[in-house]
Amino acid sequence: MAVAYELDPTFGRVVQGRSGVPILRCYFCQKCTAGCPVAYAMDYKPAQIVRLVQLGQKDAVLSSTAIWLCVGCETCGTRCPNQIRLAPMFDALRYMALEGGYKPEPSVYALHRSFLDSIRLWGRVHELSMLMQYKLRSRDLFSDLMMGIGLILKGKISFLPERIRGVSQVRKLYETGSSEVER
Amino acid sequence: MARIGVFVCHCGINIASTVDVKRVAEAAGQSPHVVFATDYKYMCSEPGQQLIRESIVKHNLDGVIVAACSPGMHEKTFRAASASAGLNPYRCEIANIREQCSWVHQNEPERATEKAIEIVQTMIEKVRRDESLHPSRLPITRRALVIGGGVAGMEAALTLANAGYPVVLVEREDRLGGKMARLSGTYLNFEAAPDLIQGRIEAVLNHPNIRVLLRSRVTNLEGYVGNFKVEVSGYKVSGSGGGDLKPETPKPETIEVGAVVVATGWDPYPMDRLPEYGGGEVPDVIDGLTFEEMLREGEIRRPSDGRVPQEVVFVQCAGSRDPERGVSYCSKVCCMYVAKQAMMYRQRVPEGEAYVFYIDIRSAGRGYDEFVQQAMERYDVLYLRGKVSKIFRRGDKVVVWGADTLVGRPVEIEADLVVLATPMLPSREATSLAQILRIQTNEYGFYNEAHPKLRPVESLTAGIYLAGAGQGPKDIPEAVAQAGGAAAKVLQLFAQEAMVQEPTVAYVIEDLCAACGVCVSVCPYGAREIHPVRRVATVNAALCQTCGACVVACPNKASRIHNWEPEQVLAMADVLMG
Repeated sequence: MAVAYELDPTFGRVVQGRSGVPILRCYFCQKCTAGCPVAYAMDYKPAQIVRLVQLGQKDAVLSSTAIWLCVGCETCGTRCPNQIRLAPMFDALRYMALEGGYKPEPSVYALHRSFLDSIRLWGRVHELSMLMQYKLRSRDLFSDLMMGIGLILKGKISFLPERIRGVSQVRKLYETGSSEVER
Repeated sequence: MARIGVFVCHCGINIASTVDVKRVAEAAGQSPHVVFATDYKYMCSEPGQQLIRESIVKHNLDGVIVAACSPGMHEKTFRAASASAGLNPYRCEIANIREQCSWVHQNEPERATEKAIEIVQTMIEKVRRDESLHPSRLPITRRALVIGGGVAGMEAALTLANAGYPVVLVEREDRLGGKMARLSGTYLNFEAAPDLIQGRIEAVLNHPNIRVLLRSRVTNLEGYVGNFKVEVSGYKVSGSGGGDLKPETPKPETIEVGAVVVATGWDPYPMDRLPEYGGGEVPDVIDGLTFEEMLREGEIRRPSDGRVPQEVVFVQCAGSRDPERGVSYCSKVCCMYVAKQAMMYRQRVPEGEAYVFYIDIRSAGRGYDEFVQQAMERYDVLYLRGKVSKIFRRGDKVVVWGADTLVGRPVEIEADLVVLATPMLPSREATSLAQILRIQTNEYGFYNEAHPKLRPVESLTAGIYLAGAGQGPKDIPEAVAQAGGAAAKVLQLFAQEAMVQEPTVAYVIEDLCAACGVCVSVCPYGAREIHPVRRVATVNAALCQTCGACVVACPNKASRIHNWEPEQVLAMADVLMG
């Protein structure tokens, strides 16, 4: 028999308050899991994460791969009958994992950082430099190389970045709206 | 020679597509006792009935046979049509050639036609020997007995009393109000149950048409619908007027009533039958009704040490839906009252945590599901889907072992107090009362209604009606609604001028009767007895249901049924065997 859970109802309230998502409303129809394009790769499925949050299983949630594998496509939140938007909940859980010293999924975290860095620099994503940065960070230099070359040859990825006009305002968002771990 | 008319119905194609209706009419016309025979598309239609009426007059008929559907469908229709043309309605009979012929022999039209002809022939033998009968009229005692002084019984009593009829309300306890008087707030709006019920109690006690007998029981019932004699025993205090409840001598009293409403309600499940949940053993494991009383008193404190519990676990289906250890049925009200209790607990003890174990949530009803959702959303009650396996003591805590099937993991909660939502049982005296009233119960002792869809407030015994949780688990609005329905049925009875008694019942040829008593013992309706002075068997026509058991059992052929005389039945059998 698996070890029994110790329940902690306060955790659900914390996540609910932080994400602004009414997590306690969930009645487990599993519609979110049924439509999730990345659920196949998750250790806990989206509905299970919601349930674990309700039960206060902080460790299980914050050390799960699921919170890092969510791509934020919003399919779950769009379909939910209870207006529970899982993507913001996953965002909040990722912050809480980093704050709590939980190890993120390395490649996911590398992409996450590269993405945010690119936006801070240019005001929008520049794919080529972002991917180069990601490859250096993840030390995975050669995967998807041929596809990348193909995309460049077809003109889908530009060599030169474009900086938007209001980039200073974007950077201000980074200063004011985010916690320590994001910077 | 009789002068019978035979009317063969096509029933659209229901009969005519299988049975050759023209041939049936022709064959009937061959009988020397038949003076007119015809067929028609729909005998039950107005032109069809008019055909019967005109033919009775034109051919001076002394008997009518309608070869059509089951007598259950249209016997009344055709008898009424016959009566309006001056023929005694008991000389009109149905030959069933649809349910018992065309429908069951669709592949054999030739033989079906022959069978239909035979069926009509048997009815010719019966009708030519039918007598003119006349229904008797019996007076109605326009006083009602209500058994049970809970919310259902009081609703029925008030409805009847407000309609102007005297009511006797019998209650086994020494107070009115039933279980509802012991509840706290009611779902969906937390309105206080004692306040709601107190108004009703005062209305009942002050009503000039209601006589309340407390601490009393119905110990015998005789008679029949419209004319019951009820024996009420052991009452100690009585009153209308409230204040002066004087003890009386507990000696049985016989009361005459025309109708009875049974509203004996429910009793809680014995806690000691739930040992694996610590029932009856762990003091801080209580049932829902006990928690209601805590909420009503205002103070929520553990029975063991009087501390305010900081973690409360509610266990739904604790004995319900559990054929192995409890009862197989759903007690219906628990999902709602547990949500209510959990919310009321969180209101009173905001720092406390409330957990609910459930199998599934049954919150059907307007606003009910929203109410349960409110417990989860607004009051942060943690619902855990799974059955509890064991509850036991650990120090001063009560440990609950359960599972959360949504993530598929066992859970353990160290609680201060556990509330079991135990099954609603029928009143502990329901089974013995049912025997006295000659009404039926199911395997658990809940009273059976006459029909689950169409007659939900009547018992199968005429004149005895059902209200409230004695018929099955119900919440307050359902019990009140059913009580109103039962009272309406009583008013329907009381609104009649007299009881009409069908004459096609058993009777006794007294010269042949040896008073052996066999008929008394075989009668399932208590309609037969031996006259104590004249020493002959008698029939209580109001109770007789024309089943024929006494006719078959009587060794002297003294028991008979009007228009089902032995000569008739034997002549009918001769046709079939001839």
